[in-house]
Amino acid sequence: MLGPVLETLIGGLLTGVLYALVALGFVLIFKASGVFNFAQGAMVLFAALSVARLSEMMPLVVAVALSVVIMIVLAYAIEFLVLRRLVNQEGIILFMATLGIAYFLEGFGETVWGSNIYKINLGIPKEPMFFFESVFPGGLLIDREEVAAAVGCAVLVAALAIFFQVTRVGRALRAVADDHQAAQSVGIPLNTIWLIVWAVSGIVAIAAGMVWGSKLGVQFSISLVALKALPVLILGGLTSIPGAIVGGLIIGAGEKLAEVLLGPLLVRWFDLAGGGIENWFAYMLALVFLLFRPQGLFGERIIERI
Amino acid sequence: MRAPADSDIAAGEILLSIENVSLSFGGVRAIRDVSFDIKKGEVRAIIGPNGAGKTSMLNVINGFYQPQQGRITFKGETRTKMRPYDAAHGGIARTFQNVALFKGMSALDNIMAGRTLKMRRGLLWQLLRIGPALNEEIVHRHRVEEIIDFLEIQAIRKVPVARLPYGLQKRVELGRALAMEPDLLLLDEPMAGMNLEEKEDMSRFIIDVNDHFGTTIALIEHDMGVVMDLSDRVVVLDHGVKIADGTPDEVKRNQNVIDAYLGVAH
Repeated sequence: MLGPVLETLIGGLLTGVLYALVALGFVLIFKASGVFNFAQGAMVLFAALSVARLSEMMPLVVAVALSVVIMIVLAYAIEFLVLRRLVNQEGIILFMATLGIAYFLEGFGETVWGSNIYKINLGIPKEPMFFFESVFPGGLLIDREEVAAAVGCAVLVAALAIFFQVTRVGRALRAVADDHQAAQSVGIPLNTIWLIVWAVSGIVAIAAGMVWGSKLGVQFSISLVALKALPVLILGGLTSIPGAIVGGLIIGAGEKLAEVLLGPLLVRWFDLAGGGIENWFAYMLALVFLLFRPQGLFGERIIERI
Repeated sequence: MRAPADSDIAAGEILLSIENVSLSFGGVRAIRDVSFDIKKGEVRAIIGPNGAGKTSMLNVINGFYQPQQGRITFKGETRTKMRPYDAAHGGIARTFQNVALFKGMSALDNIMAGRTLKMRRGLLWQLLRIGPALNEEIVHRHRVEEIIDFLEIQAIRKVPVARLPYGLQKRVELGRALAMEPDLLLLDEPMAGMNLEEKEDMSRFIIDVNDHFGTTIALIEHDMGVVMDLSDRVVVLDHGVKIADGTPDEVKRNQNVIDAYLGVAH
């Protein structure tokens, strides 16, 4: 019994790393601009599309490097054409702007790269491997590519965490997040900060898009992965980088375990069909958090003087 | 605390001049053809009834609003509009009507944020936190502690500002502006919502900043007693138009000003 549960747990955690990566893109932009970036999913799709199509013409490494350039240019375009014009506007207006960016990117991605299902080959063998055969009878069956992806993502996340927590950019970021005008008044260049976070979010989107794309193929449905990041954000707190990571892991592992453990119980006790738990578990967990801990695990407490 | 960096402009000469500035939002004309100047070392008050365009004028000076017409000359450099970064870089600091602090941060971090433009070391140094970057952080921290002492807020330096009472928040905000070692300090209603004791404290700080560091100050204030006591010269706006400009005594006797404040029988 222990073996399969552990397998599920590990599989879930690896998926969780991906959720964390997408959530991280949200958190960075939300922290810096107070904007809930609806376009994060579309950015993942766009990034995955460019990596997939470019890698057909050139080695993967070059394709990724070129995609990084593309995402930075995209960040610059978004900053220059949209955000710069909307400085000091209400959050809802910026949110609507990202909604527009999302649909533009989804369509534009199709215009530039085409609308078929494309493959990304990371060059890692896909067949699962057995680990810990000496510890468990039969060992643990784990997807090798997922392990590699998880390690890669972990390194990326650690690097970003250091960049934003330790450096002065981090303090500037928090300042901008708290009050645009006040930040400008002390000489923090709002536009530069926004450019940095959108570019970094774009790079994070490349990582997420590559892993998802390699698992599922690069197609429109990748942009829906952003929806899975929402419960992660509620769990971890909208403004917390560690929260996005821990929240992602909890959701990833939780939904897989719920599917495997809770499903059979529902079948036995209530004679339900028992499937589909993976689809709603994350959102139920998010609802519970909204009721009892709305700031999330690591989010900043909202202190309001009355 | 060290005096602000010396600029080439001597005390009493014009530091900033506003010429024929007009600003409108759609059909609303917030400022109409206003001209006035601010001399180095003085305390300049901008007063007027509600909706006179006072805050809009501050926003024009530090670049939040870009006027449709007119010229702004700061430190001898003339331009049609200011940008917030250029204003901050050029030595213009400000506070806000409704305290605009970084609410999630401590009082200390808020004031440290005021040092943003004074920090020179690159990102890599910051990341490593060694050598010159560490020294720099220490130097800046030292300056900030001096400001904290000056404003008598030692006890609250680690407290998240959102928890502080309003009067102290205003003081922290002043501290953040002072941390920029500005040549021109813009104060938007520094005494609003304060009790008498807090007002007296704030007046004292403003006078000290002006006296000891020679910082030029432009302030908006509704409390006439405060304005008359503190300021060297007063400009009066009403419905976006300048209706008077002069010493507190001159302005007090000006018939236009009396009409604007008390209303006039038509």
